[in-house]
Amino acid sequence: MECFEKNMSTLVHEVKRLAVLDSERCVGCQLCMFACSRRFGEGGLAKSAILVRSVGGIEKGLTVIVCRACENPPCARVCPTDALGQRKHGGVIFDSSKCIGCGNCVRACDIGAVFWDDETNKPIICVHCGYCSRFCHYKVIGVEKIK
Amino acid sequence: MNPREPLKRVLYIDLSKKSFWIDEREDLFERWLGGVGVAVQLFKEEASKNVDPLSPENPVIFSVGPLTSLYPLASKTIAIFKSPLTGNLGESHAGGRSAIALRLAGYGATVIKGASQLPVYLVIKEEEVEFRDASALWGVSNAITVGRILRETAPGQGVRTIMRIGKAGEKLVSYAAVMTETYRHFGRLGLGAVLGSKKVKGIIIYGKHTIPVEDKKKYREVYDRLYKLSVESDAMKRYHDIGTAMNILPLNYIGALPTRNLNSSRFEGAEEISGENIAEKKLARRIACAHCPVACIHIASIREPYPDEPYFYKTTFISYDHELIYSLGSMLGVKKIDNVLRLIDIVEAFGLDAISAGVSLAWATEAYKRGIVTINETLVELDWGNVENYIEAIKYIVEQPNHFYTTLAKGTREASKHYGGQEFALNFGGNEMPGYHTGYGAIIGYSIGSRHSHLDCAGYRVDQTIKEPPSPEEYVEMLIKEEEWRQVLTSLVICLFARTIYTVENVVDALKPLGYDCTEDELKKLGEEIYLEKQKLKIELGFNPRELKIPSRVFETSTPHGLLRRDYVEKALQHYAELIEYKINTSD
Repeated sequence: MECFEKNMSTLVHEVKRLAVLDSERCVGCQLCMFACSRRFGEGGLAKSAILVRSVGGIEKGLTVIVCRACENPPCARVCPTDALGQRKHGGVIFDSSKCIGCGNCVRACDIGAVFWDDETNKPIICVHCGYCSRFCHYKVIGVEKIK
Repeated sequence: MNPREPLKRVLYIDLSKKSFWIDEREDLFERWLGGVGVAVQLFKEEASKNVDPLSPENPVIFSVGPLTSLYPLASKTIAIFKSPLTGNLGESHAGGRSAIALRLAGYGATVIKGASQLPVYLVIKEEEVEFRDASALWGVSNAITVGRILRETAPGQGVRTIMRIGKAGEKLVSYAAVMTETYRHFGRLGLGAVLGSKKVKGIIIYGKHTIPVEDKKKYREVYDRLYKLSVESDAMKRYHDIGTAMNILPLNYIGALPTRNLNSSRFEGAEEISGENIAEKKLARRIACAHCPVACIHIASIREPYPDEPYFYKTTFISYDHELIYSLGSMLGVKKIDNVLRLIDIVEAFGLDAISAGVSLAWATEAYKRGIVTINETLVELDWGNVENYIEAIKYIVEQPNHFYTTLAKGTREASKHYGGQEFALNFGGNEMPGYHTGYGAIIGYSIGSRHSHLDCAGYRVDQTIKEPPSPEEYVEMLIKEEEWRQVLTSLVICLFARTIYTVENVVDALKPLGYDCTEDELKKLGEEIYLEKQKLKIELGFNPRELKIPSRVFETSTPHGLLRRDYVEKALQHYAELIEYKINTSD
């Protein structure tokens, strides 16, 4: 896990982001969500920064909600303590020690990609490590380079 | 057990008092693992042996296990209750998101008892239960619509389960099902009627707890290995490609596909209603249960024009599986895909178990054609392949406008007891026959299996792999051994489709990083113990292993192993009874 983050922040010329490639291929297995929590070696979904849910009933298909690494992220702009800093070339970096748990970031994200950890009372921010995509057998999500 | 592990928490809900409480039952989960093992014990604590299945005193237990939410394919919830269909132990399994939701709401099991005066639906969260008024939902005829409404009113999108009953459950049809996430079911043995009798229209559970792991590094290693096995295995690929409907053609080819109330074991319409043909012409989408990469759930779409206006269509999405194509297709002589799908759709909408519904109609059709019952009873003409009338008859099973349908709504055992035709009433221990007439293993398995289901011990599978059947005694012992091991899988709780991935070695490996130090022998022994607990419980509830009845039709219609001999089956059943008596007498 640590090595993923290091890769992300130091190799600026190769910044990557997690991308939803084709949500129509999604079968709703949610293995990505479990993978995201498993980065920390735990089970369950409390730490997951990605959500797969149906669009009004499973027969209508599924949608994948995850940070899209905005260039000018609204969640960072509304953070009163600078706990969310802008990541070069898109996305945000979260400094949990500065976070006061106000929840502004959750409300600011129109796509609903800032999740909330009820156990720590802080947001869960995607670091675009791509670990989840390794468990996506149906190629719904993948890692792509940001130029 | 890890002290932070929430599995030990049991949520008790009393519908009569509208109260709930949580007990920590480490004792049960350490001794019996989870799933079936624990649920059987909870049932024994709560139920008296003469309890009426449709009375408030009949408890419903839902349980999950230590692997739930931690490993792929550990995706099922176990339900234990007294069955209104068989009058004995009811056990039913379902996937969807039910298992993950219960586990991540922070519970290993929930016990639901009592009955509500008013129709209610329950919202189960991490620390509380809401009893919500379901008066406005009671009587809504389509269970899919009920799901649509509950989706809008309940929290937890993406991390919740929405269980609900249809009108069949409200009307106490003995084989009413509980649906979850629209396309998965606690199908068999009538859980829908039990919830209906408690006036519970739906149960929503949601949560997203962390589940602690002791050895994090090892956990990820084992996970990666099991994940790789599950996406690379041929068996799993077949479940994904065509799904369980892949069975129709090979079963028909070898002469094992029950057709027209098992008057034949080959169906001339098999090509048309085969999994391959449906996949090619109608398959719209494949979906998965939560935490299962296989995605075996196949959903077809059919487009029907409205008669009153041109270019005005209704598009319906219908999930299909082998058992449904058998019971509502070949068993009823229905040859067109769209017609099979329409029957599946209406069975789904009413919330009936598809196997019992189809087999009941098949019995009724034969009874009608033989003149045992007349149009005065059936109200519509029943004839193989007459789908419009079958749709009417399904409505009658739910509405029960006369004595005949009230009885048919109790299953083929009850119906044939009243009207005759027991020799072709295809049930075992009161549960309707699954879609395999493969040989001795299938018939013996349906008879001796704790749930009288093909999934208890998979005799139908053994039949298809052996050339010559062994002696009846050996066959029984083989099937019991399989059923004993399956008690471990269903206590963990693993989807039985993944049984080839979760070998005993892999189960030991998977449990280790979670802090469970058990050997292969200990696990196998636990399986034997749970099996025996269930057999004992069945006997306490009135089951007599010496009084198993086999409908003679199964001896009159050929199998891939030829015509089955009654004396072989009787010897097997006698050996089973002796073994069970011996096991019970020598256990403490």
